[in-house]
Amino acid sequence: MKLSKNFTSPLAANNPVIVQILGICSALAVTVKLEPALVMGLSVMFVTAFSNLLMSLLRNGLPSRIRIIVQLVVIATLVIVVDQFLRAYMYDVSKQLSVYVGLIITNCIVMGRVEAFALGNKPWDSFVDGLANGLGYAFILVLVAFFRELFGSGELFGFDVLARFGYVNNSLMLFPPMALIIIGCIIWVHRSINKDLQEK
Amino acid sequence: MGLRKFVDKIKPTFSEGGKLGFLHSTFEGFETFLYVPNTVTRKGSHVRDCNDIKRVMIVVVLALIPATLFGMYNVGHLAGEEGILPAFWYGFLETLPTIIVSYVTGLAIEFAFAQKRKHEINEGFLVTGLLIPLVMPVTIPLWIVALSTAFAVIIGKEVFGGTGMNVFNPALLARAFAFFAYTPQMSGEAVWYADGKTGATALEQLSTYTAGSELPYSVSDAFFGFMPGSLGETSTCAILIGAAILLFTGVASWRIMLSVFVGGLAFGYLFDAVGVTEYPAYYHLLVGGFAFGAVFMATDPVTSAQTNTGKWIYGFMVGALAVLIRVVNPAYPEGMMLSILFMNALAPLIDYFVVERNVARRKKLIKNVK
Repeated sequence: MKLSKNFTSPLAANNPVIVQILGICSALAVTVKLEPALVMGLSVMFVTAFSNLLMSLLRNGLPSRIRIIVQLVVIATLVIVVDQFLRAYMYDVSKQLSVYVGLIITNCIVMGRVEAFALGNKPWDSFVDGLANGLGYAFILVLVAFFRELFGSGELFGFDVLARFGYVNNSLMLFPPMALIIIGCIIWVHRSINKDLQEK
Repeated sequence: MGLRKFVDKIKPTFSEGGKLGFLHSTFEGFETFLYVPNTVTRKGSHVRDCNDIKRVMIVVVLALIPATLFGMYNVGHLAGEEGILPAFWYGFLETLPTIIVSYVTGLAIEFAFAQKRKHEINEGFLVTGLLIPLVMPVTIPLWIVALSTAFAVIIGKEVFGGTGMNVFNPALLARAFAFFAYTPQMSGEAVWYADGKTGATALEQLSTYTAGSELPYSVSDAFFGFMPGSLGETSTCAILIGAAILLFTGVASWRIMLSVFVGGLAFGYLFDAVGVTEYPAYYHLLVGGFAFGAVFMATDPVTSAQTNTGKWIYGFMVGALAVLIRVVNPAYPEGMMLSILFMNALAPLIDYFVVERNVARRKKLIKNVK
């Protein structure tokens, strides 16, 4: 029961991007097209899940004074693994994502989950929590990228969708400010559904 | 007073509990449009004045009329129509759909939001709806007008809480949206003529201007507006008539208007003096949207600075930045839109510092008295 709640809460009610407003920078940068956004989302999922798992395993023997540096080592290692994997098997996407894969290290969601959850919970719970938070992040990224690619280029995953109907591309969608506005709109819709999230 | 009687007769239908009670806001909007409301504030102090927002907005619309009429004439004139009336009629038919689309889209959204939130209908859009067509090229496709109007009203205004709460000038936001989203339809040489002719605006030609050659349009042509450009922006003369109306009625702030021109001139002379530009500084004020922005956009009481000192700073910066962007960044030949939007964002900050300084000054006074 608790485990399933751990898994579902970061997807909507406690989504890291649209409720906690974390990881916004990369959400603006990599959401021009669906493919890089999806890969980015999966990469962050991998990093959050395994950094949570590893830190949870280490948590009992870890002096709290040096925990930040240990977290950084673990997260950086995982990010390098992801980066090398992408370069080896998905070179084109890796080039599009450029520095933003490396910047997963600084993504607040990763360290936030380690600090807030993994250091005080059992490995399996932590793994699920990390996975779910990564999934919540990936979901928003894909949603934003869906609108931006559809209306900005008239395509989805590179396949022509709207252009055949004589659609004129909206180039504002390709600029980062529009990603911010789309995230704002998602937050707007999300909060009008979940009334308890509305600030007084 | 048959109309008054009729309004009174149908009023219960639209009041709470009536058959069409959900259209309460719409009804009230039309009633106060026809008659000055006879309700009196019961508590607290209040000012008795018939100048509610509706009357203020109508004055601004009146002030826009000369520029609009000239813009329509100019469209026909550029298309090669002979005579004043045929040219005007040609331009009128070309621009009327744009104006209608802008008003219908914007008002529909405003009414829907007011109805949903059970607010009164605010009149802010009366001006915005006319400003939007005036800052667009004549050949703009109608769906772009509708889309940018919807964007400006929803994202620029309603999310902040409606009329009076917006950070950015909605009409300029509509233009900015259209400019960045559909650049080919908003700039270039082909969009300014209704009949398929092409020709660059004065600003686009100025970016390649070299010393000694002729100005793209003579100073008198630029002043009276016989050149391509957005519908309302070409004639500085017609805009100044509007400015006179705004200043005479006290609707717009003379401080902002004056300081925008001063800021533009100052930076124009500066660039002229250091040799970056070769054309006279005052030419900046005549071409492009400078005068239009200074008179109708920068003076927007909601998005400009509120303190008197702040207004001077705000206006000066608008003018200065506009010229700076025009001269230094060749990607944006028209700097007025960007500079006003930028200063809109900074206006609250300017006000904050002006107020803080005043507080500090008066604290010092108290100390000295002791």
